[in-house]
Amino acid sequence: MPRIRRRQLGEWIAAYVLLSPYLFVFLVFNVFAIAYALYLSFTYFDLFSPPRWIGLGNYLYLLRDNLFLQKAVPNTLKYVAVVVPVQTVISLLLAFALDQEIKFRRFFRTLFYVPSVTSSVVISLIFLWLFKKTGVINQILGLSIDWLTSPTFALPTIMIVNIWATTGTMMVIFLAGLQDIPVTYYEAAMIDGANRWQMLRHITIPLLRPVIFFVVTMGVIGCFQVFDQIYVMTAGGPLDSTTTIAYLIYKWAFQSTTPFMGRASAVAFVLAGMILIVTVIQRRLIERPAEV
Amino acid sequence: MAVEAMAPAKPAVRYRDEFAWWDRIKKPLFYGVLIGWSIIAVTPFFLTVVFSLKPLTHLYEPPFLLPIPFTLENYLKVVTEFRHLFPRWMLNSAFVAGLLAVVRTLFCAMGGYAFARLRFPGRDLLFWAMLVTMMIPGQVTLIPNFLIIRQMKLLDSLMALIVPGIAGAFGVFMMTQFYKNLPRELEEAAMIDGAGWFTIFFRIVLPISRPALLTLALFTFQGEWNAFMWPLIVLNSPEKFTLPLGLSWFKGEYYTVYSVVLAGSMFNSVPILLLFFLFQGYFTRGIALTGLREG
Repeated sequence: MPRIRRRQLGEWIAAYVLLSPYLFVFLVFNVFAIAYALYLSFTYFDLFSPPRWIGLGNYLYLLRDNLFLQKAVPNTLKYVAVVVPVQTVISLLLAFALDQEIKFRRFFRTLFYVPSVTSSVVISLIFLWLFKKTGVINQILGLSIDWLTSPTFALPTIMIVNIWATTGTMMVIFLAGLQDIPVTYYEAAMIDGANRWQMLRHITIPLLRPVIFFVVTMGVIGCFQVFDQIYVMTAGGPLDSTTTIAYLIYKWAFQSTTPFMGRASAVAFVLAGMILIVTVIQRRLIERPAEV
Repeated sequence: MAVEAMAPAKPAVRYRDEFAWWDRIKKPLFYGVLIGWSIIAVTPFFLTVVFSLKPLTHLYEPPFLLPIPFTLENYLKVVTEFRHLFPRWMLNSAFVAGLLAVVRTLFCAMGGYAFARLRFPGRDLLFWAMLVTMMIPGQVTLIPNFLIIRQMKLLDSLMALIVPGIAGAFGVFMMTQFYKNLPRELEEAAMIDGAGWFTIFFRIVLPISRPALLTLALFTFQGEWNAFMWPLIVLNSPEKFTLPLGLSWFKGEYYTVYSVVLAGSMFNSVPILLLFFLFQGYFTRGIALTGLREG
């Protein structure tokens, strides 16, 4: 029936008109950009002359580059391995505490969330000052460590800052997850004579599993990409001790006198691959059925 | 036995007996944890405010936790010595963040509505592709997007921030979820009355989407107001900087007189904190809803 077909055509057109602004961004800055990045990762490109195809050259280069292999990769992995578990555990603990019958719940939640709305640059500037040699942290602890200019302490300091900055966001997600668990489950378990520990193990943790997976995934993705704090606080130093993969991409593409656009693109794909692998592994670990 | 167990008091009593020690310590423990983290979360801001209100010469003299002697000289320094740049940075940030909060929210709502309600060829494939792009780290598209913006001759202009930001997968995804859960009655009634898709969307759907729109607009504003990496890459001249970029440059200029830097950073955090306190519910609900934040 032509009437229906016209109506259907109208729906198609309406859909694409409504979607057109997003489609523009999607096609140009996502689809084309990803394809372009992939192409660039197989080229030598310094902005001055057109990209020159070098096949796997960039990827092979990475296999023997010390800055990438000895600094960026281990620094990033260390960073992820420390920050993700710590921020997950603290935020889960805070969410549990807030999920009780406690006074001033809203007030606490507000306070915890304040670091999450503050810009990473401001956070970095504040902590740069707090962690100075003559800064407040040293005065409280009675130490005189130069946190951010020491190759030993610089990366742990940035880890602490990021844990501080992101815990609030994760706490809000966990709290919402905890509040989504129906009270009737606990009531039923209570009637069956389950104790608190059993409820935690057999109701709370299993039902929170998807939320934990989600929070850990977001944490992993965020930590692999840490950049702002490093740029402002240490610029990758001292002695490259805070050069992460994300920072290295910036450094090679935008800071070296000869921009290595192709090589930096290759690093970006390695980074994407690492994020993917870690996400898949942690999905296996977290979604493993609970032992009964 | 089942009937017996149903009595409400009994299981409660049994459960208290087994974990009596836990009931005794749990309240103090949880309050301790909450108060402890509150102090950790707020102290850096508190110290920033205090020190930005102290004169340079008395910076490390007691009392440490009070702005005594009190002065506004650091703030004045920020706005007088940088009078050509500082207001400019704030204006640039406010302009980009405000514009994108409106534009991106509208465009994402349009896209989300199309995905949630309309049937069209390629819908599922597109939606799936959008989810895939959300998984790809920003570093992958950073270099090509820089080159695209360079090709468009938009480098070192605020348009470099605006053009790629007019819509985004996160917002479209969030609005799609919102519209999928929205009851259809009003739209169906309008459709029976013969209204077209655009009338339905702009006249009926958009006005009743206010909570979701406001949430997305706030997230967008926050993300753009605080954004750093992309502006750092595409902007070069100080008068084009956004506030976070300006502040990080400012740090280099004033590293030795840090209370000026702290005062400067208040211009970035106070507006967004005010916005957060005013619209708290929207922020936390949005986080809980999607678990994501822009930027």
